[in-house]
Amino acid sequence: MPDAIAMSGVSYHFGEQVALSDVDLRVGEGECFGLLGPNGAGKTTAIRLLNTLLPLQDGDIQLFGLDVRRQAMAVRRRLGYVPQQLSIEGALTGRENVAWFARLFDVPRRDRRGRVDEVLEMVDLSDAADRLAATYSGGMVRRLELAQALVNRPALLVLDEPTVGLDPRARDSVWARVQDMQQQYGMTVLLTTHYMEEADELCDRIALMHRGTVRAAGTPQELKDGLGAGSSLEGVFRHYTGDSLTDTKGGLRDVRATRRLG
Amino acid sequence: MSAPPAAWADTAPRGAVLLTSRIATFCLVELQRMRHDRSELVTRAIQPILWLVIFGKTFSRIKAIPTGQVPYLDYLAPGVIAQSALFIAIFYGIQIIWERDAGVLTKLLVTPTPRVALVAGKAFAAGIRAVTQAVVVLVVAALLGVGLTWNPLRLLAVVVVVVLGAAFFSCLSVTIAGVVLKRDRLMGIGQAVTMPLFFASNALYPVSIMPGWLRVISHANPLTYEVSALRALLLGLPTNLWLDFGVLTGSVVVGICAASALLGRLSR
Ligand SMILES: Nc1ncnc2c1ncn2[C@@H]1O[C@H](COP(=O)(O)OP(=O)(O)OP(=O)(O)O)[C@@H](O)[C@H]1O
Ligand SMILES: [Mg+2]
Repeated sequence: MPDAIAMSGVSYHFGEQVALSDVDLRVGEGECFGLLGPNGAGKTTAIRLLNTLLPLQDGDIQLFGLDVRRQAMAVRRRLGYVPQQLSIEGALTGRENVAWFARLFDVPRRDRRGRVDEVLEMVDLSDAADRLAATYSGGMVRRLELAQALVNRPALLVLDEPTVGLDPRARDSVWARVQDMQQQYGMTVLLTTHYMEEADELCDRIALMHRGTVRAAGTPQELKDGLGAGSSLEGVFRHYTGDSLTDTKGGLRDVRATRRLG
Repeated sequence: MSAPPAAWADTAPRGAVLLTSRIATFCLVELQRMRHDRSELVTRAIQPILWLVIFGKTFSRIKAIPTGQVPYLDYLAPGVIAQSALFIAIFYGIQIIWERDAGVLTKLLVTPTPRVALVAGKAFAAGIRAVTQAVVVLVVAALLGVGLTWNPLRLLAVVVVVVLGAAFFSCLSVTIAGVVLKRDRLMGIGQAVTMPLFFASNALYPVSIMPGWLRVISHANPLTYEVSALRALLLGLPTNLWLDFGVLTGSVVVGICAASALLGRLSR
């Protein structure tokens, strides 16, 4: 059985700005995989490459054995995606927002209404479903987006910082739903988060990214053990990314280099 | 919950079926949006009514524009329908930039919707909105005593013409959006494009009274063909309907291709 995600040698640059360099990632089917890393590490870029939003410049990405370059439509059919930015059509009701995506994913007409109700129920929005989404709170928008992403029963659910701005109860319920889906269908989940305890608890495996490269990958336990007994994931994160000394050195070197040129 | 994930994924529609289904989806969503904001129908009706009542009535009286046997108000009504469709359609480029900024476009681009289908969906959604506007103008024109056709086949053809016209101009607007990428810049350019398109057409006056250079421009302007077709269908004025429909359809195809080629720029 092919991996849910297989990225190899993936690099990406925005003009001069290198966002990813030579990233290899493998995520097995049914896994919950966490991408961690500080702001600007390249997490969102990696996600936008594998969900076909950005054109691949270097390297290869396969989802369930499908090539993102040549089989973009088939890839998209298997994806549910919640982007980092809150995004909903405020001029439609919650239900209309979800039904819209059910149509765009070709959920068969006979299943559509049931499926829409089901995911709205799942994210606890049944009561607010017929209000305009413009009247939703931030947390409600996030849950509505999750409903949109689940309505096609994706094989791979991609969540870019899905729990930012959710209260603890809502956060727990989102993860409980996601885990339900995962168990029921063997759905694979790829998520990014800045909450270490969330990653520790939910993810089967984790990759730590920094400056466009993967610095470490493994189960939370492996990563913690690698640093020494009694370490926390927080400590692992600091170890691989918070190395401010090398950062400044790099910065200085850059400055000197430009001076010499000038 | 019974089916495994994406069990139906490989039996999914393709090609023309997919395209039609996406267009229907975007039109439906447009109707839902309109249902939630009915006030817009009223506010958007004000401008065409002013054109008909003030401009139309005044110019009918002074008979400054030679329109043959047809009263000027009658002559103007199809032009106002085309104009309000144009003004509605030009807004779609702004809307798509707004959707980009709001992150909605990103999510649409990750659904199994080819860019051509997304643009075509938007274009026909603009058409749907323009048709509701055209109905308002037709009713107002009838109340003002304009002698319009009530032949259902002709009215159906009017709907097709209005949809094609709005579809083309929304694609033009999305194409410009794909070039300028910023909402405020598009607002300026939108204005700078809309008014010349309007005046360099036969919406207000016949091509025959234009200076030579303007005549050339107006023959390259799809709005002219839209207005000619509307005049022929609604008032029975002479035109080459095949040419009008041909130009409009061709423009829509070119517009959809251009807009979808540039859509990627908006998602980066
Ligand atoms: N559209 C863009 N144009 C230019 N540079 C970009 C663009 N998007 C991202 N970058 C750059 O690419 C790098 C990686 O950004 P990315 O958004 O992938 O980081 P991230 O890990 O998701 O960060 P965060 O935790 O803040 O969301 C950053 O240096 C960023 O400045
Ligand atoms: Mg990010």
